[in-house]
Amino acid sequence: MSAPPTDSGSSSLTELERAPRSDAHMRAEDYQPVFTGPARAELNELLTHYPTKMAALLPALWIVQRERGWVSEPAMAEVAAVLGLTPAYVKGVVTFYTMYHQHPVGKYFVQVCTTSPCNVCGAEDVVRAILKHSGAGELGVTSGDGRFTVIEVECLGACGFATPVMINEDFIESVSAERVPEILDSLP
Amino acid sequence: MGFPHRSHPRETPVLSQHFGDPDARSLAGWRQRGGYRALEQALTMEPAAIVGIVKESGLRGRGGAGFPTGLKWSFMKPGDGKPHYLCCNADESEPGTFKDREIMRWTPHALVEGCAIGAYAIGAETAYVYIRGEFTEPLQRMTDAVREAYAEGILGPNALGSGKRVDVYVHKGAGAYICGEETALMNSLEGRRGNPRIKPPFPAVAGLFGKPTTINNVETLAAVPHIINNGAEWYKAMCQGNPKSTGTKLYSVCGNIARPGNYEVVMGFPFKDFLYDLCGGPPPGRRFKAIIPGGSSVPIQTIAEAEATVMDYEGFVAEGTMLGSGGVICIDDAQCMVKQIARLARFYAHESCAQCTQCREGTAWTTKIMERIEAGQGTREDLDTLLEIADNMTGKTICVLSDSCAVPVVSGIQKFRDEFEAHITQQRCPFRGAAAGGGVATAVAA
Amino acid sequence: MTDRKMITLTIEGRQVQVPEGTSMLEAARSAGVLIPHYCYHPGLPVAGVCRMCLVEVEKAPKLAPACATAVADGQVIHVHSDKAREARTGVLEMLLINHPLDCPICDQSGECELQDYTYAEGRKSSRYREAKRFNPVEDFGGDVLYVPNRCILCTRCVRFMDDVAHDPVLNVSERGDRAVIGKFEDQDLTHPWAGNVVDLCPVGALLSKDFLNKARSWDLDRAASICPNCSQGCNATLETRDNVVVRIRPRPNDEVNRYFLCDEGRLDYRWLNRRDRIEYPHVRRDHALAPVEWEIAVDAAAVALRGRQAFVLASPGLSNETLFLLARIRDRTGGRGAFRVRQGAEAPLPGVPDLALRADRAANGRGAELLGFSRSETPLEGLRNGDVLIVADEELAGIDPASVATAVARAASIIVVGTTLPAWASGAAVVLPVANMAEEDGTFTNLRGRVQRYLQAKQAPGLVRPAWSALGDLLTALGESALYFLPSDVFAALAAAVPAFAGLDYDRLGLVGVPVAGDGAATAAAGALVGAAP
Repeated sequence: MSAPPTDSGSSSLTELERAPRSDAHMRAEDYQPVFTGPARAELNELLTHYPTKMAALLPALWIVQRERGWVSEPAMAEVAAVLGLTPAYVKGVVTFYTMYHQHPVGKYFVQVCTTSPCNVCGAEDVVRAILKHSGAGELGVTSGDGRFTVIEVECLGACGFATPVMINEDFIESVSAERVPEILDSLP
Repeated sequence: MGFPHRSHPRETPVLSQHFGDPDARSLAGWRQRGGYRALEQALTMEPAAIVGIVKESGLRGRGGAGFPTGLKWSFMKPGDGKPHYLCCNADESEPGTFKDREIMRWTPHALVEGCAIGAYAIGAETAYVYIRGEFTEPLQRMTDAVREAYAEGILGPNALGSGKRVDVYVHKGAGAYICGEETALMNSLEGRRGNPRIKPPFPAVAGLFGKPTTINNVETLAAVPHIINNGAEWYKAMCQGNPKSTGTKLYSVCGNIARPGNYEVVMGFPFKDFLYDLCGGPPPGRRFKAIIPGGSSVPIQTIAEAEATVMDYEGFVAEGTMLGSGGVICIDDAQCMVKQIARLARFYAHESCAQCTQCREGTAWTTKIMERIEAGQGTREDLDTLLEIADNMTGKTICVLSDSCAVPVVSGIQKFRDEFEAHITQQRCPFRGAAAGGGVATAVAA
Repeated sequence: MTDRKMITLTIEGRQVQVPEGTSMLEAARSAGVLIPHYCYHPGLPVAGVCRMCLVEVEKAPKLAPACATAVADGQVIHVHSDKAREARTGVLEMLLINHPLDCPICDQSGECELQDYTYAEGRKSSRYREAKRFNPVEDFGGDVLYVPNRCILCTRCVRFMDDVAHDPVLNVSERGDRAVIGKFEDQDLTHPWAGNVVDLCPVGALLSKDFLNKARSWDLDRAASICPNCSQGCNATLETRDNVVVRIRPRPNDEVNRYFLCDEGRLDYRWLNRRDRIEYPHVRRDHALAPVEWEIAVDAAAVALRGRQAFVLASPGLSNETLFLLARIRDRTGGRGAFRVRQGAEAPLPGVPDLALRADRAANGRGAELLGFSRSETPLEGLRNGDVLIVADEELAGIDPASVATAVARAASIIVVGTTLPAWASGAAVVLPVANMAEEDGTFTNLRGRVQRYLQAKQAPGLVRPAWSALGDLLTALGESALYFLPSDVFAALAAAVPAFAGLDYDRLGLVGVPVAGDGAATAAAGALVGAAP
């Protein structure tokens, strides 16, 4: 039996590489806290919903993403401090859930459902059309003008309205490849 | 009223009667339609009496497992000095399923009312509605409805003036199919990774925040006010001679079907009539090839099996599958089964929480093999390997996500082996570039 | 045992009785049946995720995870049935599909549970034909290196940091087959007990940087020992390669350290390999120390002591046996003795009661106290003009050499019984080279009064002898009856002579130790060597 190929290169114990830092790594000292003023008040109100502070973690991360567009490592550290958790714990949770952006994304974050029920209705054509028309070109890559980041998403739970496309918070139903230019062009 | 299509005369709209009616969304509109009468009545009853009615009605969990709701509620022991919780599972993520979404979009107060009754019945003062993060509109509708209900004193420390406390909170998920698994949902609500927990302990003993907890699906809870209003006998009567499956069921129909959407029929409805009469059959010029009747985690049916099925919990089992969540995925003869099963495997690989070995590795491995076969690089041994991997993934993990990944693979290879073999012998996908007409069948046969 | 209900069941054909609530895995262990497992560890909360410990239970529809399932009366459990074995083979195949199979260059090789179980029950060859996932090696800080490609996500390390160290700096990041053990940028595994994750890791994913590429596990010799680095007395295994200590690892003892050893304990072993050892007995001749035979050196020491009082500067790192014999020399000459314990910051392991890296950075301060030595920061203070100073393996590191020299000048002569010769004692009349703790058998008494044995792990250099042996000869030369052939002989004399140790038997100490008779009583009796007179 020969060893299967690896995805990239080979591992060597003597190369004590550190895992690559994200490009968007931000110096902690430049970070402006999210949980001051109204956001803090909002979180305080949320904390009354639960018997533990930890339970407010997902809502707190949502607030961060709403305010900053993504969840940076300093933001994770802030959330950890506010809720009495450790940054590593918060990061473990953030990376579990697909909706928290760990990198900045385009002005329009476009999620196209391609799971089977939509897939049999032509969702892949919709993805191709969006990639082409948005200028993003590739999944997960932000278009040159910073407007679009497009990803395929697993079942959006609107299978009867294939193909559903989420653009930021907007849920657009029954998108066909033909409708793509009109939808994207209508965005401010 | 139906949505997005008009109600079919053979439907029995109970939960869906106000779908498509924007006026039903507001508290005032909901009250005009008889809303909160059930809660008012329930709050005057002994909790045990409510549990008794629900038990008597025969209502079973609509999320997928079909566990009798009244029995589940009876596991809770009110008055044991501990806080109790009700969780409403609105993490609807099972591919093919979009019924809870419509309940929350059109009749959010139905769910608030169901939650309040359920909470009261199990001795809980707090109910959490866990809604998947992608459901932006249902989240907004539910948040608005809860706010209205608090403003009117329906919820809060003195619910409807009863002197009883009922709190309902909306909690937003963040993108994880597995959080639809009840213990994963609880972990997620607690601010953890959505990892399913080992059972026992069961939620009724140690659930959310370690306290006795009951978790019910949206559709289940939304049915409760109707049962309180109309009585157990009324609900029980909605069946076709099978007392184990009662009431109405919302089916989400999608994929290759003329009229996709939600349909509500009584238990025991013939699946053939459902597919062709209600939903209009396959798209013009096509024929059905396969049906996945209960969300992507149930075995695939051939169209012959589907047409012979009676739509209730036992009826689907008799035809080799399960009612599941009621998400009916229709696949027509232009579709490649290998490609679609590969796509489902990819879904499960993406959603595996990473705890159990067989699931973490098996879902990804299955996906890689399936995609290789679809790409024309498969071998006959791959089919045996897939079946063995599937066997390793079945019945051996904390939750059933792993089993769910194996299900379409096993039923797909069993029932559509010719398509797999065509990929292997032709070293390409016979559907790729095939003419939309009759070319497909010949491609597979070759 | 309290009155917990007992459950009777059958595991692999053996009838077992265990208290209600016991897991199948522990019940099997008590019957001598090993149920293969990865994520389960008796010192950690149950995770139940590796699914390796699935067993077949008669009349049950599904295999049960033995670590997470409590036993029930009358159960019949099969660990080696076809169904259970096939399930394990399946898990092993899954664990290996993305594993680099790099055993030839892996530190864990030879002590790897993935390797062991694969040899035992794995498939002969893999059916995996796809590309393997790859993640780079990551430095987790502290002594720990993470090799994600070998990781089986058992989460023992995460649970240790969360639930035992109470310092959740590790997590599981991502999900599905992309999942890895992660940490936060710049928040390293610096907890003083973090090194335990290396031992806990059942595979080669978490490695000790200190041990990296030092030895293959099958080249190591192992001896049951006691960590000599503080007064906690953690049970340990000393591992040597070619007579050099290369690693200290914890040895389980529920009464002392459970399964754990702190980083300072595990990394502070190089002194056991010191190269500046005195290897031969010496006596002063013509103003210089000359190597001599043991008999000559022992006689010279006896001559030096004749008619004088001994002042014993004892190391708190000496064995009970050695300290006992030193105490007898002290008492025979009507002398005194003192010791000093190097201090450090205390570092508890919060998840385990009464377990800490102790401020006393020596193994046997308690023993020294029980044997009547007085504890002092300036131990030479009690040295009087004309005393014979016996320096018992104490270098007084960290104390100003000039002040030491001044104090030492009061001594009529110096006898060094040690592993090294401190500069301030270079004027010694006699030097008796003795073994360090890795080179002898003996016992220590930990801070809670538990007497624990350690076994010889390596050979001593040159003509070095264990201190108890050399001191036995010296006592004999002084006219005492002290003919000892084994450390157990000395221990028997100690138990007979010192009330605190009364009733203890060297053999019955076993490898987990026994507390001295009522710690309070022991303290009161400290110093009274009943029957130690001639």
